[in-house]
Amino acid sequence: MTLDLPRTATWRRVCAVADLEIERGRAALLDGIQVALVLTRDGSVYAVDNRDPYSGAHVISRGIVGTRGSIPTIASPMYKQSWDLRSGVCVESQGKEPRPLRTWLVDVRGGDVMIFWEATP
Amino acid sequence: MTASTHTATRRLVVVGAGMVAHRFVESLLDGTDEAFQVTVLGEEGRAPYDRVALTSVLTGGTVAGLTLDEDVFADPRVHFAPADPVRMIDRDAREVVTMSGERHPYDHLVLATGSYAARLAVDGFDLPGCFVYRTVDDVEGLAAFVAARSAQLGRPLTGYVVGGGLLGLEAAGALQGLDVECTIVQSSDRLMSAQLDAPSGGMLRRLIAARGIAVRTETITTCLRPDQSGQIAQLEFRDGSTAPADVVVFTVGVRPRDQLARDAQLECDPRGGVRIDATCVTSDAHISAIGEVASFDGASVGLVAPGYAMAEVAARRLRGGEASFGGYDLSTKLKLSGVDVASFGDAFATTPGALDVTYADPVAGVYKKLVLSDDAKTLLGGILVGDASAYGALRALVGAELGGDPAAYLLPEGGVAAPGGDLPDEAVVCSCSSVTAGRIRSAVHDDGCADAAAVKACTKAGATCGSCSALVGRIVGAELTKLGREVSNALCEHFDLSRRQLFDAVRVSGLTTFSAVIERFGRGRGCDICKPALASILAVLTGTHVLDGENATLQDTNDHVMANLQKDGTYSVVPRMPGGEVTPDGLIVIGEIARDFGLYTKITGGQRVDMFGARLEQLPDIWRRLVDAGFESGHAYGKSLRTVKSCVGSTWCRYGVLDSVGMAVTLELRYRGLRAPHKLKLGVSGCARECAEARSKDAGIIATEAGWNLYVGGNGGFTPRHAQLLAEGLDDDALITAIDRYFMYYIRTADRLQRTAPWVEALDGGMAGLREVIFDDSLGICGDLDAAMARHIDGYEDEWAATLADPEKLRRFESFVNAPTTPDPSLGYVPERGQVRPATADERDAGVLIAGTTLEVRR
Ligand code: SRM
Ligand SMILES: Cc1cc2nc3c(=O)[nH]c(=O)nc-3n(C[C@H](O)[C@H](O)[C@H](O)COP(=O)(O)OP(=O)(O)OC[C@H]3O[C@@H](n4cnc5c(N)ncnc54)[C@H](O)[C@@H]3O)c2cc1C
Ligand code: SF4
Ligand code: FES
Repeated sequence: MTLDLPRTATWRRVCAVADLEIERGRAALLDGIQVALVLTRDGSVYAVDNRDPYSGAHVISRGIVGTRGSIPTIASPMYKQSWDLRSGVCVESQGKEPRPLRTWLVDVRGGDVMIFWEATP
Repeated sequence: MTASTHTATRRLVVVGAGMVAHRFVESLLDGTDEAFQVTVLGEEGRAPYDRVALTSVLTGGTVAGLTLDEDVFADPRVHFAPADPVRMIDRDAREVVTMSGERHPYDHLVLATGSYAARLAVDGFDLPGCFVYRTVDDVEGLAAFVAARSAQLGRPLTGYVVGGGLLGLEAAGALQGLDVECTIVQSSDRLMSAQLDAPSGGMLRRLIAARGIAVRTETITTCLRPDQSGQIAQLEFRDGSTAPADVVVFTVGVRPRDQLARDAQLECDPRGGVRIDATCVTSDAHISAIGEVASFDGASVGLVAPGYAMAEVAARRLRGGEASFGGYDLSTKLKLSGVDVASFGDAFATTPGALDVTYADPVAGVYKKLVLSDDAKTLLGGILVGDASAYGALRALVGAELGGDPAAYLLPEGGVAAPGGDLPDEAVVCSCSSVTAGRIRSAVHDDGCADAAAVKACTKAGATCGSCSALVGRIVGAELTKLGREVSNALCEHFDLSRRQLFDAVRVSGLTTFSAVIERFGRGRGCDICKPALASILAVLTGTHVLDGENATLQDTNDHVMANLQKDGTYSVVPRMPGGEVTPDGLIVIGEIARDFGLYTKITGGQRVDMFGARLEQLPDIWRRLVDAGFESGHAYGKSLRTVKSCVGSTWCRYGVLDSVGMAVTLELRYRGLRAPHKLKLGVSGCARECAEARSKDAGIIATEAGWNLYVGGNGGFTPRHAQLLAEGLDDDALITAIDRYFMYYIRTADRLQRTAPWVEALDGGMAGLREVIFDDSLGICGDLDAAMARHIDGYEDEWAATLADPEKLRRFESFVNAPTTPDPSLGYVPERGQVRPATADERDAGVLIAGTTLEVRR
C-alpha cells in the first residue's frame, strides 16, 4: 500500500429510521466521531456535526429543531446559534462570527439510516 | 355646481372656526392658487384646535399642543377673526353681521358652527361647580374649579358625570386624573347605550369599575342643590335618593348650533341641524353647511370624520370639482386610557339576516362581537370591548369579505390573521383624514417615510382621533419589511402573536398539540423561541407530562431531560428540598449518590444541593436512586416553581412569630411543577427581620403578630426589585388563596419570559387593581383561577418518577443511538478542592492530569 491511495467513503448503516424521533435529534458515534441525526416531519434525515463550534460541547443533537422560512434548522441548546440542517450553514450566529457545522450525506434505505462515511485514517 | 357659479365664487365666508372649518379651508386652498378670499369668523378666542384631543389639556398636555396646523390660516388669502361671533345672516344682501357690528359680504357662505353641549333641564343645572365638556374654556374652568374647591374644602372632591356615553366616560377619566372621586350616572340600563349591546355594556361597566370609577345606571337626575355658599353640593335622583357632590359635569349630548340658520329661515331638521343635500348645500344655493351643524338624511352626527368628509365635498365643489357626501360612518372608539371600547358599522346587527360571532374572555375583560352577512362572509360591523386593537383594521373591512375564519379576527389584540399588511390599496384606513392603505404604502415607498410617525406627518393618517394608529403601524411595518427593514413585536417568525395572545388562542381553540396550533395560528415548524413557549402554555392548559407525545420535542434540552445543561454538555441534578428542609438521611443519600457517580456538589443560592457533571445516560440511574429515597424533581430546569426559601422561624428562632418553615414547605408542595411564563420563587420569613430575603421573591411572605403579610413582584437577578405589599394580616387559608390567584392570573396574562416584577409594574391599575382582581373579584375570574390551581394540584405527579416508569421515555437518555450507554468521549475533568471540574481548553491541549469519563467513579 502506498500513502497516496485515494481515501474511501462508503454508505454505512447507523440505525433504523424508527430509532429516530421526528424533530428531536439523536447523537450517533462513528469511529469516535459524534454525529447529530435529525428526522424532520417530511421524512428527511439529516446528519450534522454534534459538536457545537461555539461552546465546544457535543450537544447539537439536543437542540430544538424547527424552520427558518423554508430552511430546516437546528439550534444549539447552549447559546442558541442555529444552522441550516441541509448545508450546515450558520443561519443565526447570535452576534458572533458565523461558524458552520460539518454535514454528511444521508440516505434512507428500507427503513435504515445510511450515512456516506469516510473512514478517518 | 356649474362652472359659472364656480368662477363667480370668490368671496367665501366661513362661520365657525372649529375642526371642520379648518379642514375646509385647508382643502379649499391646498395646491391651488385660485384667488379666493376666505374670511373665517370664530366665536372662541383662539385658533382652531383639536377638540377630539381636548382631554389631553387635563392630563398634562398644553392648549398650544392642540392647535391645528397654523399654516392653513397663514395663507394670505385667509382672513381670520377670532372672538367675534356672527349674529345674523342677511341672505338678501349676502352678508353676515358679527357681534361687533362688522358686515362681511359673501358669494358663498359656509356654516361650520358645530354643536353645543347640552345640560339637563333641571333645577340647579347652572350652579357654580356644574360644567359641560366641549371647549378649551370648559376644561380650563373645570380644572381651575377643582383645584380651588379642593383647596377650600381641604380634601379631594366627589364628582358626578351625568351621562354615560363616550364623552361621559372620557370626562370621568379626566376628573379622576384631577383626583376627583368619580361616579357616572346613566339614565339607560348600560353605558354607551348608543354603541353597545347588553353584554358588551356589562363588560365595559366592569372595566370602568376596575378603573375605580363608580357607575349608576337607570338613574335619572331630577335636581341639583347648592350648599350655603351657593355652590353645587347635592344631586337628587328620581327614586328620591340623594348623593353629595362637589363638582358635576354634564355629558348628556350635543345639539347642532343652527340658530343663525333658523333665524335666516334656512330649512332645518325639527330635531336640529341645517338641512343639506349630498353636495352639502342648504336650502339656499349660496350657503353650505358642514360638520356637526349640518343635518343630512335627517341626522346630525357628533363625530369629526363625517364633518371632514363634508368639508372635503364642499371644498372640492367650490373649486369646481365633483364630489358628494355618501352618508355617515358611525364607527367610534372610546379614548379612555386602560379601557378599550369601539363599535363600528352595523354594531346592533340590524341588517336582515345578519349573524353575529362573539368572543368573551372574562379573565382579560374582553368582549368582542362581529356582525356578518347571512352567509357569514361579509363583515357588517362589530363591537370590541377590552381590546379594541383590531378596530382600525376591522372598520376598514366593513362591507368586504373577511376571507377566513371570522373567529381568527376575534382573538386577543388584533388576532392571528389580523388584517393589515394585505388590505387592498383602496381600503380607507384613516377615516378621519380619508387616507387609504395605498396612500400609506406610497408614503413609505415614494415619500421615504421610515416609521408610522413620519407617515402620520406626511399623510395625516392617525393624526386626529388616533384610532387607526395601530393599523397604520402595521401597514407601515409590512411595507418596511418588504424593503428589508425589520419591525415586529410578534413572538417569532412563526407566530404573529405575543405569548399572551397565543395562550388565549390555545385556550379558546382547545387545541392540544404543537402541530395543530402552528397549523392554525402560525407557519413553518417553529424554533427555539416559540416551541418552549408553547410547551409551557400546553403544560398549563392540558396538564400533561412534559415528555408526552409530540410535545416533548418542543422542550429545551433542560426540560426534555429534566436537568440543567452545563457548559461541557453534562447536566446538573437538583432534587427538591421543600423550604430548604432536608433530613440527615436524605443528605446521606445525596452524598452517596454524588460520590458513586463522581458528581461535584454545591449548595445552591436556593437552599438546596446541586450535583453537577451528570451525563445524559446517567440521569435515569441517578434519579432512580433519588426517587427511591423519596426525592422529587426540583424543577431547577423549568420555567416553573423553583424554591420556597425559608428562615427557621418560630419553631427554633427566639424572635419568630409564625412557623415559616412549615408554611414554606406547604407552599412549595402546593406549587411544585407549576409551569409559568418564567420561573417562580417564593420566600417565607418568620418575622420582620426577614432572614429569608422574601421581598426579593416573586411572592414574599413575612410573618407578623397579626398574620402573614404578602408581598408580590420581587426579583433578584438582573433587575432587582423589592416585592410590594399586596395584603396584610392574612391567616393561612387566606394567604394561600391569594397566592393561588396571583400566580394563575400571572400565568394567564404575562408575556413570554416576563417575570412577575415587570408584569406587576405593567398591570393596569397597579397594585390596587391587582388587589381588586384577587380579593374583590373585580373581573369575576376568581372562580376560574381557583379551579385552574385546583387542577394543577390534582394533576401533579413527579416528572422523574413518571419518566422512570416509562421505558419509551427512557430512550431519550441514551447517549448514542448506535451505542446507548457509551459516555460522551470528549468529556475531561481535573480535580479541584477535593472534587472534579471540567478541564479547560488549555488543560486539554496540555493533555495532562485529565480524567475522562471512562475512568471509574473517583475521577
Ligand atoms: C444553581 C444556581 C447557582 C448556585 O449554584 O447557587 C443557579 C444557576 C443558574 N441560574 Fe440562577 N441559580 C441559582 C439561584 C439564583 C438566584 C438566588 C435565589 O433563587 O434565591 C437568583 C436571583 C433571584 C431571582 O431569581 O430573582 C438567580 C437568578 C438567575 C437569573 C436572573 C433572573 C432574573 O429575573 O433576572 C437567571 C437568568 C434567567 O433565568 O434568565 C438565572 C439562570 C441560571 C442558570 C439556569 C443559567 C443557565 O442557563 O445555565 C443556571 C443554571 C442552573 C443549573 O445548572 O442548575 N439565575 N439564580 C442557583 C439554583 C437555585 C436552586 O436551588 O434552584
Ligand atoms: C372631549 C371631546 C372628545 C371628542 N372625541 C371625539 C372622538 O374621539 N371622535 C370623534 O369623531 N369626535 C369626537 N368629538 C367630537 C368632535 O370634536 C366634533 O365632532 C368636531 O369638533 C366637530 O367639528 P365642527 O367643526 O363641526 O364643530 P366644532 O369643533 O364644535 O367647531 C365649531 C366652532 O364654531 C364656533 N361657533 C359656533 N357658533 C358660532 C357663531 N355664531 N359665530 C362664530 N363661531 C361660532 C364654535 O365656538 C366652535 O369653535 C369629541 C368632542 C369632545 C368635546
Ligand atoms: S450567577 Fe451566573 S454563573 Fe452564577 S450560577 Fe447564576 S447564571 Fe451561573
Ligand atoms: S381614523 Fe381618526 S385619526 Fe385615523
